Amino acid sequence: MSSAPLHSDLSDSTSYEKIREDLIRPLHKNTFGNQVWIRFLIILILLGAFAYGHQLIKGLGVTAMRDYSAWGLYISNFVFWVAVSLIGSLISSILKLLNQNWSTPITRISELIAVGAITMAAASIVIDMGRPDRVLNIPLHGRLQSPIIWDFFIVNTYLVISLILLYLPLIPDIAILRDRMTNAPKWQKKIYELLSIGWQGTQSQWKLLKRAILVMIILILPVAFSIHTVTSWLFAVTPRAGWHSTIFGPYFVSGAFVAGASAVVIAMYVFRKRQNLQAYLTDKHFNKMNLLLILTMLLYAYFNINEYLVAGYTWQRLDGKHLQELFLGHEAPLFWLTQILGLVLPIILLLFRPMRKPLPSMIIAIFVLIGAWIKRFLIVIPVQFNPQFPIQNVPEHFTHYIPTYTEIVVTLATLATAILIITLLVRIFPVVPIWEVAHEKGFHKIFKAEK
Amino acid sequence: MKNKGKDRTESRRDFLKNTAILSAGAMAVSGLVSSCGDQPAESGEKVALLTASGELVEVDPSQIKKVRKEKLGELQERGREGLAGHHWVMVIDLSKCKNARKCMAACQGAHELRPYQHHINVLQMQDTPSTAPYYMPKPCYHCDNPPCTKVCPVNATFKRQDGIVLIDNERCIGCRFCVAACPYSARMFQWFEPDYTEEQKNRVYDVELNVPQKRGTITKCLFSADRLRKGQLPYCVSACPNGVYWFGDKLEDAVTNGTSKETRKFSELIKENAGYTYFEDLGTKPQVYYLPPKNRTFDYEPVDKFLKEEQPSTHHESSTH
Repeated sequence: MSSAPLHSDLSDSTSYEKIREDLIRPLHKNTFGNQVWIRFLIILILLGAFAYGHQLIKGLGVTAMRDYSAWGLYISNFVFWVAVSLIGSLISSILKLLNQNWSTPITRISELIAVGAITMAAASIVIDMGRPDRVLNIPLHGRLQSPIIWDFFIVNTYLVISLILLYLPLIPDIAILRDRMTNAPKWQKKIYELLSIGWQGTQSQWKLLKRAILVMIILILPVAFSIHTVTSWLFAVTPRAGWHSTIFGPYFVSGAFVAGASAVVIAMYVFRKRQNLQAYLTDKHFNKMNLLLILTMLLYAYFNINEYLVAGYTWQRLDGKHLQELFLGHEAPLFWLTQILGLVLPIILLLFRPMRKPLPSMIIAIFVLIGAWIKRFLIVIPVQFNPQFPIQNVPEHFTHYIPTYTEIVVTLATLATAILIITLLVRIFPVVPIWEVAHEKGFHKIFKAEK
Repeated sequence: MKNKGKDRTESRRDFLKNTAILSAGAMAVSGLVSSCGDQPAESGEKVALLTASGELVEVDPSQIKKVRKEKLGELQERGREGLAGHHWVMVIDLSKCKNARKCMAACQGAHELRPYQHHINVLQMQDTPSTAPYYMPKPCYHCDNPPCTKVCPVNATFKRQDGIVLIDNERCIGCRFCVAACPYSARMFQWFEPDYTEEQKNRVYDVELNVPQKRGTITKCLFSADRLRKGQLPYCVSACPNGVYWFGDKLEDAVTNGTSKETRKFSELIKENAGYTYFEDLGTKPQVYYLPPKNRTFDYEPVDKFLKEEQPSTHHESSTH
C-alpha cells in the first residue's frame, strides 16, 4: 500500500487505478479511532434523546423559553441548519453551472453536509413544537397563508432533492465499489448491489445520468433560495422591530453561504487528514474554497451593514431600543465578538495567502461557523424582549433567556446526529467522487471500456 | 349568572350551559342546543335538576340525553362560527383605572390561568418623564387585521364573524408563531402541564372559554366569548369596581359600562373623549379602544413590576367551576 504524495497535486502520470484505489482505500479500514468516534456520537445522541424525553414528559417548560422569548435555541438551531444545508446547492449547483471545475472533489462533501444539515433542520422544528404529537395537523389542516406551511413543504422538498443530488453522482462510484469491494461485509456488498441499480456504464446510462444530474442541479437552485428566504420570512412577516425587514431574504441567504462554506472547509480538512487525501484535497482547493468564503463573507458583511446601518440611522422607537441592546446593552459583548471574530477578522486574515492553507483556514473556519451559529441566536432572541408594551407582572427571569441544560444537550445531540450521518455515509461511500475526479483527469475512455 | 330579562330561548341555553358544566354526573341536557323547533314531544312529567349556579329547575325527561361524544365538535364548530350580526368592541377608560386588578383575578379564575399568565394585564405606564404615570389594562385587541391568525399553520387560531380572535387548543401544534407575530404580547403558551385533577382534565373542551387549558398550546384573551353567547358582559368587564370598561357591539354603536351598567353610543364616547387605539401605524386595526388618562384625581401607587419566581408545580386558587 503506497501512501499518497503529500501536498502535491496529482501528477499527469497518475493512473486511473491509482485514483480509484486511493479513494476506495479508506473504506477498507474501520479504524479504532473511527469506532470510538462513532460511539462517542451515539452517546451524545442518546443523552439528547433522554433530554428530549424529559422535555416531552414535562413540557417545553424545561427549556428557558417563556412568553417573551417564545422562540429560543431550537429555532436558532433550525435557522442555522437550514443555512448550513445551503452549501450543497452552492457548490454542486452554482459552481458546476459556472464551470468551476476545481470544485469537483468537494461536491460530495458539500452534498453530505447538506443532507446532514437539512435533516437536522427538520428535526429541530419538531423538537421545538409544543405538540409534536399533532405534527400531522400540518398537512391535514395546513393553511397556505402561513410561512410555516411554505417552510414545511420546502424543507421536505429540499431534503428529497439533496438526497437525489447526493445519490445520482454516487451511482457510478457505487458500481465501482460493487465490483472492487469484494472483501467487504455481506450487508455492505448488498447495499452496493442494491444502490448501484444495475449500473454498467453503458453509453446510454451515462447519457441518462448526466442529464438527470443537470436537471437536478438546476432544480435545486430555486428550491435552495426559497428554503432560506422562507426561513427568513418566519421572522420578516411579523410586525416586530428587528425582524420586519425587507432585506431579510438575501441577508439570510448570503449568511447561509458563509455558514456552509466554513463547514465545508472544516470537513475538507478533517477528511483530508483522516483519509490521506492530500493529493485530492490540495492546497489549491483550500485556496479556492477560502476565496469563495471571503466572497460570501463580503456579501454577508454588505447585508449586515444594510440591516444595521439603515435601522440605526433613523433610530426609530423600537428599532432604536433593539439596536441599543445589541450594540451597547446586554447582548453587546456577544454581538461584537461575533461580528469581529466571526466575520471581520476572518475576512482580513483570509486575504493573506498563508492563511488560506489547510490548517490556518480550518481554524478560521471554526470561528466563522461558531459565529454564524451565534449570529442566528442574536437574530432570533433579543428581538422578542423588545415588544410594544413593557414586560410586567411576570417573574423577572421572563425578561432574559439563557438556554437550559436540556436545550443544550438536545442541541449537541442534533449536531452529533448530523455528524454521525456524514460519518456513517463516508464509511461506505467515497468522500471524493471517483469517476468525476477521473473524468477531470481525462480518463473518460476507461469508463466506457469498463463493462 | 343572572338570567333575568332574557327571552325563553336564551334562558334555556343558559340552563343547558349550566347543566353541561354540572355534567360531573355524566348526565346533561344537550338536545336544547339545537333550536326549539326540533324538540321531541313533551310527556308532561318533570325531573328536577340542579344547575351549576345552584338553581333547582324542572325539565322534561324526554329532553335529558347523555353528553354525546360530538360535544367537542359542536363546541368547536359554534366557537369558530361566532355570533352572527355582532362586532364586539371594548373601550378602556384609562382615567378610571386604579389598579384594583379585579379584572385580572376574574379572568385568571375563569380561564384557570397561573398567576403569571395574563389574558388581561394591567401595566404601569408613563408616556414621558414629565407626564403622570397611569395604569393600563391590556387584553387581546382582537384586531380586525390580526398578524397572529395569518401566520398560524393549522388554522388553530382564527377570527370569527363577530370579530373575536380565538384559539382552538385541540388543534394547536404549539409552534408559537402567533406569539412571535403578535406585537401586543397578548398571547401566552402553556409551558407546563396545568395542575388539574384527572376529572378536571377530562372535561369537554370549550373553545369559547379555552378550558381546560392544555400543555403545549396557546392561550389568550377570548373577549369572554362564552359569556357573550349568554348575553353577559366579559369576566373582566363585570369584575371592575371602577367603571374602567365599556363593552358592546360596534354594529349597534352601543357600549355598556361594566360597573355602572350605563349604556352609551360607542361613537360618541370615542369622539367626546378622544378615544384611540394603540399603534395604528401597524395596520392591525385593534378593536379595543382607549380613553386617555385625563383628570385623574387619585394617587398613583407603583407596585412591583415583576412577580416573585414562577412556581410551575403549584396551581393558584383555581377555577370558578
